[in-house]
Amino acid sequence: MFFPISGVHINPLLLGILGLVIGILGGFFGVGGSFLSGPSLFSLGMPYNFVVGTDLIHIVGKSIVAARQHRILGHIDLKLATVMVAGTLVGSETGVDAIEALKRSGEVNLVVGLTAIIVFTVVSIFGAWESWQALRKSRSTTSDTGGSKPDVLVFDRLAKLFQGLPLAPRISLKESGIPKISVWSIVLVSYVGGFFSGFLGGGAGYIRMPAMVYLLGIPTHIAVGTDLFEIIISAGYGAIRHAMNGNVDILVALVMHTGAAVGAQLGARLTQYFSGPWIRLAFAPLPLLGAIVVANALITGHHS
Amino acid sequence: MKEPIQKVLRYIAIELVVYAILAIAYFCLVLQFLGTWLAELFHEQRIYYVVASVLLMTGQAIGLERLVTGLSHIIRSGKK
Repeated sequence: MFFPISGVHINPLLLGILGLVIGILGGFFGVGGSFLSGPSLFSLGMPYNFVVGTDLIHIVGKSIVAARQHRILGHIDLKLATVMVAGTLVGSETGVDAIEALKRSGEVNLVVGLTAIIVFTVVSIFGAWESWQALRKSRSTTSDTGGSKPDVLVFDRLAKLFQGLPLAPRISLKESGIPKISVWSIVLVSYVGGFFSGFLGGGAGYIRMPAMVYLLGIPTHIAVGTDLFEIIISAGYGAIRHAMNGNVDILVALVMHTGAAVGAQLGARLTQYFSGPWIRLAFAPLPLLGAIVVANALITGHHS
Repeated sequence: MKEPIQKVLRYIAIELVVYAILAIAYFCLVLQFLGTWLAELFHEQRIYYVVASVLLMTGQAIGLERLVTGLSHIIRSGKK
């Protein structure tokens, strides 16, 4: 089928299936899925400038669907999301500026590529180790108490440090079960997430979701839902900027979203059946997949 | 209360089939009626194109979410 805006021929069924897969991942893990959709759209023949913008507006639609489901399930901390939006937007601008500075020095692909590989690999290995330990601990806790599966966090030293930061104003996050936390801790974490979003592209949920769990101590289910809500704002902002520059093919995004809408609901509903450590363990290979994609791009020379 | 996972997966499979038929019909209509108009807006009036894109995506997201939720209720109540 011909898409007149980007001028490409793409099978709409493939777009729907791609959207479905990304929707399930997004609803379940709270990520945008750009590490998968970007390379896939590119391989379907779409020019890279359209890939980035189209992917962003599709992420907005998918995140609306998934976030509504997570809201029904009580997985969104609105106060946390509101504070995070500010840090994300500023961080995103800084990331874009850093890219522009690197472009002028002529080392952009190598620096961004190596940064992405290191960050993704560290997040992946740490996440796998921590969630595996948490699962072992969770099993012994459940068998001791005979109760339901708790959201155990093995490595909580950083979360305690961030929650104890004595900088005013300090707020309480009732939905997340955190009695007091400095606004600046939240802004710092969201700023880092935003920076990677601007620097590496996409929604950077693969950084922000684990950062919310390990650095802020947010329960995994709430981190997934809140991240999705936050992605609506941050990806929406990016999508509008790209659309103004003529980088969005809304027809491709709408077709992809028909698959993503149902996938996002499925993913969100499935989170009820898995404990926090299981979700984190299943999430661990995703950043590694991103690292492989970037490494492949560096080796073969296919850069954004 | 959570339903057994096998039951949920069975409902999901039925929902997917019904949804896929409706979704294919929908995007054929969208491409047929909006394709040319959106392409013209993209080339001639970028601001309106941006506004139309955001409204279309938000509208579709809310509409499809309600459709999937509605389908889920209909299929579940029909099975009980």
